[in-house]
Amino acid sequence: MATRTMDREVGKASLQAEQDPMERMSRAMLRARVLEDKLASLYRAGRIVGGVYLGRGQEGLSAAGGVALRKGDVLAPLIRDMAGRLGFGEPLVDAVRAYLGSKLGPMKGRDGNIHRGDLSRGILPMISHLGAMVSATAGVLLAKRMKKERGFVGLTSAGDGATSTGSFHEGLNVAAVEKLPLVVVVADNGYAYSTPNDRQFACTDLLDRAKGYGVEGHGVDGTDPEACWEVVGRAVQRAREGAGPQLVVGRLLRLCGHGEHDDGLYIDKKLKSSDRGRDCLEVMRDIMKSRGLEQDWDRWEKEAQEEVEDAVKKVAEEPLPDPFEEDWRATAMLGASEAVQKG
Amino acid sequence: MSVTYLDAIRAAQEKALQDDPAVFIYGQDVGKFGGAFKATKNLAEKFPGRVIDSPISEDAMVGLAVGAAMEGMRPVVEMQFADFSTVGLNQMLNHAATTFWRTGKPCPMVLRLPSGGTPGSGPFHSQSMEAIYAHYPGLVVMTPATVEDAYSMLLEAIAMPDPVVFCEHKLLYYHLKAKSLPAEAVPAFKAHVARPGRDVTCVAYSAMVHEALAAAEELAGEGYETEVVDLRTVKPLDTDTILASVARTGRLLAVGESWPWGGVSAEVVSRVASEGFELLDAPPRRLNAKDTPIPYHPNLWSAHRPTAVRIAEALREVLRY
Repeated sequence: MATRTMDREVGKASLQAEQDPMERMSRAMLRARVLEDKLASLYRAGRIVGGVYLGRGQEGLSAAGGVALRKGDVLAPLIRDMAGRLGFGEPLVDAVRAYLGSKLGPMKGRDGNIHRGDLSRGILPMISHLGAMVSATAGVLLAKRMKKERGFVGLTSAGDGATSTGSFHEGLNVAAVEKLPLVVVVADNGYAYSTPNDRQFACTDLLDRAKGYGVEGHGVDGTDPEACWEVVGRAVQRAREGAGPQLVVGRLLRLCGHGEHDDGLYIDKKLKSSDRGRDCLEVMRDIMKSRGLEQDWDRWEKEAQEEVEDAVKKVAEEPLPDPFEEDWRATAMLGASEAVQKG
Repeated sequence: MSVTYLDAIRAAQEKALQDDPAVFIYGQDVGKFGGAFKATKNLAEKFPGRVIDSPISEDAMVGLAVGAAMEGMRPVVEMQFADFSTVGLNQMLNHAATTFWRTGKPCPMVLRLPSGGTPGSGPFHSQSMEAIYAHYPGLVVMTPATVEDAYSMLLEAIAMPDPVVFCEHKLLYYHLKAKSLPAEAVPAFKAHVARPGRDVTCVAYSAMVHEALAAAEELAGEGYETEVVDLRTVKPLDTDTILASVARTGRLLAVGESWPWGGVSAEVVSRVASEGFELLDAPPRRLNAKDTPIPYHPNLWSAHRPTAVRIAEALREVLRY
């Protein structure tokens, strides 16, 4: 972690600054971008064993979700949600640990990269099967309602491709039937891996589907972080107020390949040079600049760089999983563990 | 007074709902209607808000249970028929089953599967799914054969910190009866010698235990004593009890109602062959259903599945070797 020296007055001021959602989003977006740039370079250096999947260009939409949530809420992120995770409060070092396979990480090297989660923090560990997290998040919310908790919201992400799965449909439908406070944020980046929208679905706008599910729908320009905050923030608020599931569709582009193994050359050049191809981080910087917070932005960026460098250094010295010390049991049963081991 | 296998399943769910506020039931038609087989009859009235009708969405039913379990509840999901659980397989095999390993946090839930063949049920209402679930790490798979086990094992399943697939046999629902519900129970992971014998071991589970017992009775008339081992739980498999039986008899037939390629009977034979080879006086054999979809007409169905007559024939062959 970065060590910062600041007197009390500055500390207080920055704490207040962090109350502002746009500033919290800025910091989450910057930290995500800086961290993911670092992860990409570690990947190229062969330091990461599995794949690396970035949220480049999608940080604004993702961060809006993370920042709109609060303690007691649930986030079920997908692969391009580094900014949302950080905005919600996932420790940055845990992301590094998951990618580098540290034994101290949330998945202890048993699972990696974007599959990390921490149930104690309200972050569900995604499985790779798209759409599956929708009903799982609904289940968490149903459980909270049965436990008489109040005022909670669950938010999960999907891509345009995930909306084609049966699981997505079943999950959103069941959440609507149960009127659960679920926000589903679809990042429509035009491509599922290499497959463009017109090979994925035939409807004009995914937002039209909201009506079919009987849920409220919200469209947003995903490249505009301010609009993302307003729209996602409002959707989260609506869900919190008891208005049932909310479907947000943000249109944007991913400014990278599907993973770092992919050059993404199939993405239409015209789209890239259109407004949809804007880098939301640059848009956000301009917004902050117009608010007179340019110096803060630069400071946040520097802090993010220090934090990332420190985290990578720290994790590099952490123990890796040891096959000889590993507890090779897939069930939790206590008292029956011996039988299970034989099983 | 008597209690059927189905009564026992209903009673176990009622007791679990009574004893633990974290338990709830989720499935198609389970609420006011009481379930397709009436396994949740009157429970919605007794436990308002805790016996919940689901849409016809097996994937979401299991996914929702996974989320609820992660949040500390103990969902019991009823599939209307085991066959339809294929639609929810992904959530069970890739989500429920991997959660503990990946996160270190338990995922306590039960998937109730009304399983197995009944006359006229055909290809899509007759399947036995235990082998598919047992193949995946992270799941417990139970296959109770008796009224007592249906009750005590379901209670144990609901109390476990892991996802449990509870395969209840539809053929046993109504006709299998006991005098009363059991006051105490054999631990769920222990196989049970349902009938002692010295000449040959017949390992079975679920409805096949009763076919095996009938076959044993027939062979007793011919002077052979068959030991019938009821596996009760197929994952984890109680290899010790199987090997101890084979040590007594020297001969093994493993019977399963499911299809012959792989599966529980193959696992039993494999373990005995590799861990108890010296105990054997004859090659270990298996008997399963035919390798076709499950037929509709009883003429075909009764020839498709192992029956007491076919088990007796197979036992004679093992004995004659």
